[in-house]
Amino acid sequence: MEQGTSTLKTGLAQMLKGGVIMDVVTPDQALIAQDAGATAVMALERVPADIRAAGGVARMADPTIIESIMKVVSIPVMAKCRIGHFVEAQILESLGVDYIDESEVLTPADESHHVWKHDFKVPFVCGCRDLGEALRRISEGASMIRTKGEAGTGDIVEAVRHMRTVQDDIRRIKNMVPDELPAVAKELGAPLDLIQYVHDEGNLPVVNFAAGGVATPADAALMMQLGADGVFVGSGIFKGEDPPTIAKAVVEATTHYEDPEILARVSKNLGAPMSGVAARSLSAEEVLAKRGW
Amino acid sequence: MTRRIGVLAVQGDFLEHLNMLTALNVKALPVRLPRDLIDVDSLIIPGGESTTITRLMETFGLVEPIKNFARQGNPVWGTCAGMIVAAKNVPDLDRKPLGLIDINVQRNAFGRQIDSFQTDIMITGLKNKPFPAIFIRAPIIQKVNSNVTILSQLDDGTIIAAQHNNVLVTAFHPELTTDTRVHELFLGLVNVER
Repeated sequence: MEQGTSTLKTGLAQMLKGGVIMDVVTPDQALIAQDAGATAVMALERVPADIRAAGGVARMADPTIIESIMKVVSIPVMAKCRIGHFVEAQILESLGVDYIDESEVLTPADESHHVWKHDFKVPFVCGCRDLGEALRRISEGASMIRTKGEAGTGDIVEAVRHMRTVQDDIRRIKNMVPDELPAVAKELGAPLDLIQYVHDEGNLPVVNFAAGGVATPADAALMMQLGADGVFVGSGIFKGEDPPTIAKAVVEATTHYEDPEILARVSKNLGAPMSGVAARSLSAEEVLAKRGW
Repeated sequence: MTRRIGVLAVQGDFLEHLNMLTALNVKALPVRLPRDLIDVDSLIIPGGESTTITRLMETFGLVEPIKNFARQGNPVWGTCAGMIVAAKNVPDLDRKPLGLIDINVQRNAFGRQIDSFQTDIMITGLKNKPFPAIFIRAPIIQKVNSNVTILSQLDDGTIIAAQHNNVLVTAFHPELTTDTRVHELFLGLVNVER
């Protein structure tokens, strides 16, 4: 019997595909998310919009909050650690969370190094802005990738940019002849063996979700049509006027992302969405996506 | 007539099943809405999140059509979450499962993700060569009732695969391996009018 293998770590991400992972800060919110059909919840102390508003240093959530959420739901529970903060990751693993998000939404603990994720039995998801960043995280042991987008804004533009960049890079590499691969590995700053995999398979070796700015069912379907395997919704659910309704609508839109009639139906009467902030209006220091490398 | 296998594609790893069926030269189609069932003669309910899949089946009117599909004798196979969805009794599921096979199922029976495991198992009908079974937050069959046949058990006796007429269930994920033998076993099930 084997445990903690890459098959098991990437396998759980396969099970989350076509689904919506929702940020929650209380057991009640976790139950609303589960009832709406979320495939997993991200247990947090504050949603990204509130982290953004509060400023200061954002850290791993209090284990009490994470445990209280793990106790009430039967779906997988994820939690965030700071970039490079491998002790926060050790703590989250000992709590028994099902996935760790090494996240740029929290204040980085290390500006040079990410967590060496191969050392853990629990799988990790990491953010990326392009293929090179995705493959660097995978080489460190990430079992799932997501776009960074720009968390807590409710503005989809950065997630679209990141997803398109990843997909463009994949298409470009797929069409190369083998002797061009070392140069592209150098250009993207990614290991040659993973570049070789992308060339041969025309895909990432792990599941790739969209995150960072998804606020409506249409946003979720847009990301799915652009090639996402599923979506994370952070502030979009519980910063809206009617969380249960918008949660269900985003779940249904993620399943039927290619069916405009269903998308129109689920987009009706959702109440006011989160107010949001245009990603372009952020000052350089406010951009979370630049954290990590 | 050419066989056409449907894979319930509301959430989960349906693509892995579709790819494996295509590799076996079988026509495979995603099933998202009741009308998609008309075009297929067997159905696989994939791995995924059982609470999500049951909710989406209810919302999009798939519950009765799938029950009728199975009642007409068409082969149905549930893997992991699909086994939960197909079972008759699942105490800790917030919605009613389909009840296609008379078994009691316990969700997340081995624990959380860090307790997930892979191991070689023996399956009735697959000769004597072990099968690489992948258990991810997997359920188990606590009890089989009326005429359900047990196809596989772990060393400690835990039931992990079973069959009754046209309905097959496995607690693990053959679609995540490169071993096609359980898929071939399923393809061997033909429509049996009940």
